[in-house]
Amino acid sequence: MHPTTPIPGEDLADLIACPKCDALYKASEPASMERAVCARCHTVLIAPRKGAGMRLIAVSLTVVILVVAATLFPFLTIRIGGASHSSSVLDAALSFQGGLFFALALAVAALIVFIPVLRALLMLYVLVPIVFDRPPARGAKAAFRMSEDLRPWSMAEIFAIGCAVALVKVADLAQVEFGPAFYMFSVLVVLVIVQDSFLCRYSVWKSLEA
Amino acid sequence: MEIPGGVRSAREAGLVACQRCTRVWPAGTEVCDRCGHTIESRDHLALQKVWAWWVVGLACYVPANVLPMLSTRTLVIQQENTIVGGAVELAEHGNWGVAIVILVASVLIPMGKFAVIAALAMSVRHGSSMSRIRRQQLYEVVEYIGRWSMIDVFVVALLSSLVQLGALAAIVPGPASLYFALSVIFTMLSAQSFDSRMIWDPDAVVDKQARAAELRNRAG
Ligand SMILES: [Zn+2]
Ligand SMILES: [Zn+2]
Repeated sequence: MHPTTPIPGEDLADLIACPKCDALYKASEPASMERAVCARCHTVLIAPRKGAGMRLIAVSLTVVILVVAATLFPFLTIRIGGASHSSSVLDAALSFQGGLFFALALAVAALIVFIPVLRALLMLYVLVPIVFDRPPARGAKAAFRMSEDLRPWSMAEIFAIGCAVALVKVADLAQVEFGPAFYMFSVLVVLVIVQDSFLCRYSVWKSLEA
Repeated sequence: MEIPGGVRSAREAGLVACQRCTRVWPAGTEVCDRCGHTIESRDHLALQKVWAWWVVGLACYVPANVLPMLSTRTLVIQQENTIVGGAVELAEHGNWGVAIVILVASVLIPMGKFAVIAALAMSVRHGSSMSRIRRQQLYEVVEYIGRWSMIDVFVVALLSSLVQLGALAAIVPGPASLYFALSVIFTMLSAQSFDSRMIWDPDAVVDKQARAAELRNRAG
């Protein structure tokens, strides 16, 4: 049976549907630090946190600074006999050279540098006016939508772990040292996790609607 | 936050939900007025998209394993390694930990992903003995873990940019790195195309009857 009439007397703006399983609920904002979870698939629907906006702004700013700085500083330095060679994040991306590899180099640079930075900038653009009680920025909805679309493609934290693996692989061959950029990326791993746990999408959309 | 009378879907209530911002609209609405996302009650092409990306992903995964991922040249040796070959060599040197990480990230996880996506896509059509919540969890695991396979491509990139020591030693990426990256990207797209709401819809057979009834109503 598929009844086609909405729940009588219910304002559609008060309802929300679970994006994962389509279960319909009457939205009621939980107390801060509590979460509204879908009853059948356990997806977190609403999770407001006090001061989350400010914290997200701080995290996004740090991400921008870290990624940009980490791009310029050497990531790892290798020593073998008298020879040594340092490599930065951009060097790593550009190590794919020639023909189709060039596309791969661009993709790698995008995944570990451009997309994480772009996402952080979009978040700032969306959140700063909201947190400081200003009307939403122009195109804020599109910006937040884009930031959400980019989420799976932002892979800076995966690159950081990849670095540890690379280290072990060359340990036999030569002596390897971590550069400053390695530590920056390690902080980034933590920040990315923090960022995702503080972001309540429902709350952001709600504030953009006003 | 529950609606009395048990859980029912937005679709069953004659509504269509925005998967981006969770707002609901009357059935037939095409663009969410709150966030601007395109909305569709169920994307009937979703399964075709899932399978299309799945096939290209698998097609790229084969050369990714057969072709060399890295070629290493030192004063003593010059060799090309496939993904599995490289892991085996690490294990032979006693680096069991890293060998296992590589095998899990580049063999076990991709294979598991292909199997799970295929199983989920088929379960939507033909039903499944697995509970809905279990299938939902499987889907979320695949979505979460899929990106991590990219680690192997990053390792190759790092190694080949780092180990450039002239005559002493050099590492150059092999063609498999390109295919592997493509395979990861295509599988991610395949998983993203899957509409997990279909897991929760009443079984396909019932659904077909409902659609037939709907068509009859429209005609009548
Ligand atoms: Zn749900
Ligand atoms: Zn929306």
